[in-house]
Amino acid sequence: MSYIFLYALVGMGLFTLGLYALIIHAHLLRKILAINIMGSGVFLVLVALAARTEGAAPDPVPHAMVITGIVVAVSATALALALMLRVRSETGRAELDEEPLSKFDD
Amino acid sequence: MNNTGENTIPLSLRLLLMVLLTVMAVGLAYAVLSLPAQAPGLSVYAVENINISGVSNPVTAVLLNYRAYDTFLELGVLLLALLGVWSLGCAGCQHQSSPGPVLDSLSRLLVPILIMVSGYLLWAGAHAPGGAFQAGSVLGAAGVLLLLAGWRIHAGLAGLPLRIALVLGVAVFALVGAVLILPGGQLLAFPPAYAGGLILLFETVATLSIAISLTALFLGADPDEEDAS
Amino acid sequence: MEALTQLQLAFDAVLGLALLWLAWQTLASPELFRAIVLFIAFGLLMALAWVRLEAPDVALAEAAIGAGLTGALLLTALSRLEPKNKSKIPHSKKPESEVDE
Repeated sequence: MSYIFLYALVGMGLFTLGLYALIIHAHLLRKILAINIMGSGVFLVLVALAARTEGAAPDPVPHAMVITGIVVAVSATALALALMLRVRSETGRAELDEEPLSKFDD
Repeated sequence: MNNTGENTIPLSLRLLLMVLLTVMAVGLAYAVLSLPAQAPGLSVYAVENINISGVSNPVTAVLLNYRAYDTFLELGVLLLALLGVWSLGCAGCQHQSSPGPVLDSLSRLLVPILIMVSGYLLWAGAHAPGGAFQAGSVLGAAGVLLLLAGWRIHAGLAGLPLRIALVLGVAVFALVGAVLILPGGQLLAFPPAYAGGLILLFETVATLSIAISLTALFLGADPDEEDAS
Repeated sequence: MEALTQLQLAFDAVLGLALLWLAWQTLASPELFRAIVLFIAFGLLMALAWVRLEAPDVALAEAAIGAGLTGALLLTALSRLEPKNKSKIPHSKKPESEVDE
């Protein structure tokens, strides 16, 4: 079942892309988008691997975990957005302090 | 690409990051591709016990019977996220634009349909794709649409009634779980004779709690305090 | 039958590439508004991927949450992030660094 592994590989690609963007972007909204894409990648790997046995119905346990995960992801996103708005109203910027990285600038 | 904020990180560091992430991705790909091609996992047990689970949709059986404590804790997570959002307060939640005529009539048309779809998904979840999470999120979407169209919760309902609806899911899970422990059972282990009815009860309260929590998360601030201020 | 399998494999390949491309565009787009709209499109394509993986339950949840609610949450947060004197819909070509300050 080659197409199953295709989806698993796409999921891993999404996770890697999201991790890269999470690290390099300073803007918090972009970091939140990146975390959501990483999560989608993880879900894709889980569901793809649940369907990999040929001729059998997919394993329902990872499906249930992913459904729970999607709802948890949206509530975590809402909390992260509220935190971002609070950071913005405290500091005037929707970015975290870049101090730890500034020594690489020169 | 200069506007995206990436330029705060020097190119050399970014290249190093790309190399590290490529190594990680190759390692992950190797790990996934070297897994055995045939692995039924837990589906054998899930299908074996479907007759005593009270429903015929295996995913619903997993969510609300075999692993009901997952759903219980997930409702707890939703509640905690909402508490976090409320405790942060919300700058700029008050002002909002009035809806245009399109949004107004669209919400009048769509909200009843969404409520009906949600009810169908809740009922169908026992034997077909659907269930509490899908029904709850569709109902939550209806709530978000109402909020966008300018609807606000009645001041008399924003206090205690709203809080009761929010904790309804967690409270019913905890209460029924505790009752099931008393005669020597395990947490949320349903007796097969009552499983179908209990699952429907849990799904209904979970749907309501999920829908109201998601709508409240969208609103951002505690509507009770919003009115007071 | 053989032709159908080929067609399905081609569909899977296109869908996988579209998911990766949309994710990349979401994360690299200089405009936040565009990034969020692309993310909503990404969520809809994810729902298609769940159907292909024989997970209709997950597809329903993703279509309602991933494409609907998350998008609404993100767009509202973006509009609250913008200064009140600027236009609410940021389809002017302002980079976010200007919008932020």
